Amino acid sequence: MVVLKYLKQDRGGMITLGLIALLTIAVPICNLMVPEGNVFHVSTFTMTLLGKYLCYALLALAVDLVWGYLGILSLGHGAFFSLGGYAMGMYLMRQIGSRGVYGNPLLPDFMVFLNWEQLPWFWQGFQWFWFAMLMVVLVPALLAFVFGWFAFRSRVTGVYLSIMTQALTYALLLAFYRNEMGFGGNNGLTDFKDILGFSLQADATRVGLFIASGVALALGYLSCLYITRSRLGRLCTAIRDQEDRVRFIGFKVENIKLWIFTFSAILAGVAGALYVPHVGIINPNEFSPLASIEMVVWVAVGGRATLYGAVVGAIMVNYAKSYLTVAMPDAWLFALGALFVLVTLLLPRGVTGLVRKKEVDA
Amino acid sequence: MTLLFTRQHLFLRLFFFCLSFWAMGHPCLATEDNSQLSHGLSQLIQGNFQRKEEAVKIIATSGDPRAEQILQALLAGKLYRIKRKDTLVYKEGKGKKVAITSVLTGESLGTVKKRAIKKITINNAIRGKLHGQLALINLKNPDSQIRLQAVNKLIPTLSPKSAGTLETLLQTERNDKVREALMTARAIIGLRDTEKPRRLEALDNLQGNLTPSVKNELIRLLTEEQDKEIHNKAQATLNGIQSKIKLYGLIEKLFFGLSLGSVLVLAAIGLAITFGVIGVINMAHGELIMLGAYTTYVIQQLMPNAIGTALLLSIPAAFIVSGATGILIERTVIRFLYGRPLETLLATFGISLILQQTVRTIFSPLNRSVSTPAWMSGSLQLNPVLSLTVNRITILVFALMVFAGLYMTLKKSSIGLQVRAAAQNRSMARAMGIKAARVDALTFGLGSGIAGIAGVALSQLTNVGPNLGQSYIIDSFMVVVFGGVGNLWGTLVGGLTLGVANKFFEPWTGAVLAKIVILVFIILFIQKRPQGLFPQKGRAGA
Repeated sequence: MVVLKYLKQDRGGMITLGLIALLTIAVPICNLMVPEGNVFHVSTFTMTLLGKYLCYALLALAVDLVWGYLGILSLGHGAFFSLGGYAMGMYLMRQIGSRGVYGNPLLPDFMVFLNWEQLPWFWQGFQWFWFAMLMVVLVPALLAFVFGWFAFRSRVTGVYLSIMTQALTYALLLAFYRNEMGFGGNNGLTDFKDILGFSLQADATRVGLFIASGVALALGYLSCLYITRSRLGRLCTAIRDQEDRVRFIGFKVENIKLWIFTFSAILAGVAGALYVPHVGIINPNEFSPLASIEMVVWVAVGGRATLYGAVVGAIMVNYAKSYLTVAMPDAWLFALGALFVLVTLLLPRGVTGLVRKKEVDA
Repeated sequence: MTLLFTRQHLFLRLFFFCLSFWAMGHPCLATEDNSQLSHGLSQLIQGNFQRKEEAVKIIATSGDPRAEQILQALLAGKLYRIKRKDTLVYKEGKGKKVAITSVLTGESLGTVKKRAIKKITINNAIRGKLHGQLALINLKNPDSQIRLQAVNKLIPTLSPKSAGTLETLLQTERNDKVREALMTARAIIGLRDTEKPRRLEALDNLQGNLTPSVKNELIRLLTEEQDKEIHNKAQATLNGIQSKIKLYGLIEKLFFGLSLGSVLVLAAIGLAITFGVIGVINMAHGELIMLGAYTTYVIQQLMPNAIGTALLLSIPAAFIVSGATGILIERTVIRFLYGRPLETLLATFGISLILQQTVRTIFSPLNRSVSTPAWMSGSLQLNPVLSLTVNRITILVFALMVFAGLYMTLKKSSIGLQVRAAAQNRSMARAMGIKAARVDALTFGLGSGIAGIAGVALSQLTNVGPNLGQSYIIDSFMVVVFGGVGNLWGTLVGGLTLGVANKFFEPWTGAVLAKIVILVFIILFIQKRPQGLFPQKGRAGA
C-alpha cells in the first residue's frame, strides 16, 4: 500500500492518526461500558462535543489542502460545509415524517407553516439515505467545480480569489435566509428525530455517529496524505510556490487546481453532513463569512501545509472556543482576533511548527 | 406699468404688514375691529336656524383668522354661550364643571357649572353649509402654501357645484402653483360636464397632469363614457400620464440607485487607496467606518443641543479617530506583512474582530441611533409623483466632494505625488529620497480616515451598531474589484453603477436576490476582465 509508505514518512501524521484511532475506540467504550460516576466515564455531552471537533478537523483538512498545498486561500469553505450539512438535514427532515408539530406526513413543519401545498422538486429523493449521501458529495462538488472552472480558467488568484470565495458564501448566506428558498429560512432545519431508523437521542446512535466521524476523519487524512505525497501533490506545491513556472513547463495548472479544489469541497461537504446530526440543527449562519474565516485560522494556528497541523489546530481552537464562550463570553472575540494577529505575525508555521524540526515540507 | 403695479402692491402689503403688527400688539382692538365677525356672532346667538345659517356665511366670509376655529367648534358641538350674557365661549372637558375660554379673545374664563352655559345647536342643513364654508376658508387663506393644501384636499371630493367657487377663486388667485391646482380642479369638473366640447376641452387641459385624482377620474371616465371620440382621447391622455409617471418612477429609481452608489463609493474609496495604492487588503476597513459612525454618535451625545454643528464637527473628528487607528494598525501589524497579502488579510480580519468587540464592550451590542439635523431631513417634492429625500441628496453631494478632495490630494499635493511614486515603483521612489515607510503609513492613515468620514455619512442613513462595518466590507471590495484596483475613477464609476444596477434589479427580484444577482455578476465579470473596468498599473494591479 502506497499510503502506508507515505504514512511511515509522516511522523506527526502517525501520532495524530494514532490519537484519533484511540479516541474513536476509547470514548465510545468509556461512554457505554463505564458506569456513570466513574472517573473514566465520558458523558454523552462530552462525546458529542468531541464528535463535533472531529468534524471540524475534517473541515480543516479540506481548507489546508487548498491553502497549505495549493496556495488558494478559500474564505468560502463554509459554503461547501453548509451545503453538505443541508443535504443531510433534508434527509433527517424527511425522516421526521408525520411526527412533526403539524403532523403532515410529507411536508416538513416550516413548509406547512408557509402554506405550501406540495414538496418542492429539490426536496424529492431525500427520503432515501443513499440519495442524500450522494447529494452530500455532489452538491458541494458541483458548486466548487463551476466556481473553480470560471475562476481558475481566467487566472483569478491571490486575494482576488479569496474575496470572490467570500462573496460566494455571503451570497449563499443571503439566499438561505429567504423563506422562499425552501430551506427553512433563518431557522434552518432542526427538530430531527432519527437517522436510518435509530433515534438521535439514544446514546448508542450518538456513539455510532462519533465512530463514523472518527473513521471519516482518518479516511480523509489518509486521502489527503495520498494526494499531497503523490506526483500530483508535488505539482500542487510547485503551483503554490511558482505558478507561472509550472504553467510554462507545460502543465495544465487550472485543471490541477480545479480537481483539488473540488475534492476539498467534497471533504468539507462530508464534514458538514456528519456535523449536522451531532448538533441537531443546520441554519444559514454556517454560511457567514466569519464562520469560513474561522476555519482558516484553525489551520493557521495548527500549522499550514502540515495535515496533522490542521487537525491539531481545529481541535485546539474549538476547545478554546467552547471553554471561553462559557467562561468569558465577551473575551472570545478578543481572543480570536488576537489569535489571527499573533499567529500571522509570530507563528507563521503554527503551533506544530514549534515542535517540528526544520524538516522539508512536501 | 407692471413695475408701477408691483410697487403699489408692495406698498399695500407693507401697509398691511405694519397693520397686522400693530394689531398683534393690541389684541383687544383686534377683537372689536372686525365688525363683520361680531355681526355674524350676534346672529349666531339667535335661536332661529335660518339666522344661524346666515351667520355661518357671514363669519366664513369675514376673513378673520378666528373664523375657522369658531366654525370648527360649532361643527364639533363645542361652541356654547353663557346664559343671560350673550358671550360666546368654547367648552372644554366633561362633567358638571367645565372650563371655558372666550371665543373673541381666547382668554380662559375659568370653570363654570355646566348649567350656566348653553350649547349653540345646529341642524343638518347648517352642518352641510359648515363643511363647505370650512373648505372655502382655507382657500382664501393669505398663505399660498395653505391655499395650495386646501385645493389639493378639495380635488378628490369635487362636485359640479364647486365650479362657480373655483371660477371666482381663479380670478383672484396670483400664485402660479395654486392657479395650476385650481385649473386641474376645474378640468376634473369639466370631465363630468354633460356637453361634449366641454369634456374634450377638459381632456386637453389634463394632458400630462400628474395629480393622483386625475388618473382615477380618467379611469372612471373610460368605463362610463359612451362617446367614441372622447373615449379615445381619454385613453390617449391616460396613456400619456401613465408613461410620464413611469418616466418619473425611472428617475426616482435612478436617484435611489445613485444614492446607494454614493454610499458604496464612500465606503469603498478608502479601500481603493489602501488596496489599490499600497496593495494591502484591509479587512478591518468596515470597522474603521464603524468607528467613524460611533465618533458621530459620541459627539452628538456631547452636544445634544447643536446636532447640526455636531455633525459638521464629527467629519474632521471621525477622520482623525479612524485615521489614527489606521496608522496604529499599519505601524504595529501590517508593516511586518508587506508582500504577504494573504497573511495581511488574516491579521486585519483579526483586528476587525477586536475592534468590533471593543465597541460592543464600550457601547453595548445594541444599535444606537444618530439624529439627523433639521437641514438634512424632509424631502424635495418636485411634482406629485416624484420626491427626493434631502439627506440622500446631501450624502450624494458629500460623496462627490470627498471624492474630489481625495482626487485633488493625490494629484496635486506633494504627499499625493509621493504616494503615487511609491505605488508605481517603490525602489525608484526610495532612490529619489522618498521615505517609503512613512508614505505607506500616511497612505494607510488617509484611506482609514476616509473610511471614518464614510461612517459619518452612514450614521445618517442607518442605525449605528457594532456590525455596521461588516455589512459594507464585501460590497466595498466588490466595488474596488469591479472598478479596477488602484483607480479612483474606477471606484466612482463602479460604485455608482453597482448602486444603480442594484436598484433596477430590485423590483424584479426583491432586495436580497438583487444583491445575489449583483454578486454573481461581479464574479462573472472578474472572469472576463480580471483587472476591472479601468485597469491601471500599481503594486497590486498590473
